[in-house]
Amino acid sequence: MAQEMTTAARRQLAQTGETTRPAAIYRPDIDIFETADHVVLVADMPGVAPQDVDVTLERRVLTIRGRVPEESHEGYRKVYAEYGQGDFERSFTLSEEIDREHIEATHKNGVLTLKMPKAETAKTHKIGVKAA
Amino acid sequence: MLMTQFDRLGWDPFAEMRRLREDMNRLFDDVAEVSASRLSPPVNLWIGDNSVVVTAELPGLTPEDVDLTIREDTLTIRGERKPAAEAEQASWHRRERAYGTFSRTISLPYRVDPDHVQARFRNGVLEVEMQRPEADRPRRIAISSQ
Repeated sequence: MAQEMTTAARRQLAQTGETTRPAAIYRPDIDIFETADHVVLVADMPGVAPQDVDVTLERRVLTIRGRVPEESHEGYRKVYAEYGQGDFERSFTLSEEIDREHIEATHKNGVLTLKMPKAETAKTHKIGVKAA
Repeated sequence: MLMTQFDRLGWDPFAEMRRLREDMNRLFDDVAEVSASRLSPPVNLWIGDNSVVVTAELPGLTPEDVDLTIREDTLTIRGERKPAAEAEQASWHRRERAYGTFSRTISLPYRVDPDHVQARFRNGVLEVEMQRPEADRPRRIAISSQ
């Protein structure tokens, strides 16, 4: 339904071209599930504000990007770090069965949810069987 | 001889067993990954003059889902990440985000005052600012020359 463009391990730097911002680019963790009418993509992008999320659809390539503001605490120095500072980016190739005009995107508590309705032609049709 | 009989029946118990073994291996692989790295939130630690800040990545959680406790010089972050409500009858294509309960205890460089703690949640990042108690702060001692 939605095929990913590149594959890499978790929290690994995304394989993209260089950006003008001197920040690392991470690959967000995602869930993709399918219900009767929708394909839902959920991406974890902690630290990204709703206005800094960018979802683009170019031909069949869906790209999600999230910009993380520089984390700095006045008068503090970082002494221990388990997560790195950087933006999020990941791309997918969508199949033809998605109604691309009606994709709904919401971002809450650092989680992006994309609700992609299936095109009419892709929905499962039940065929009634008549006894002869 | 034996195999041909199974073939005729259309069922091979050895294939069944092989598949079961593969399923079990996959199950345990997933468990190890979830408990070790996925669910436990990554934290960063910042130190100021008399205060310390802990930030943790907890995407999708709200203040109600997280429980913070401070004891002497340790901070414990406990919480639960709930699965999406709609996900029950859905078919999954990918599942990388972990669900369940987690608990992390972080040892701080010094004892902190539990009465002066500020915790904030911003876009899935938890920030806890803790102060060193007044009595524990280092004091400058003047040296007098004889």
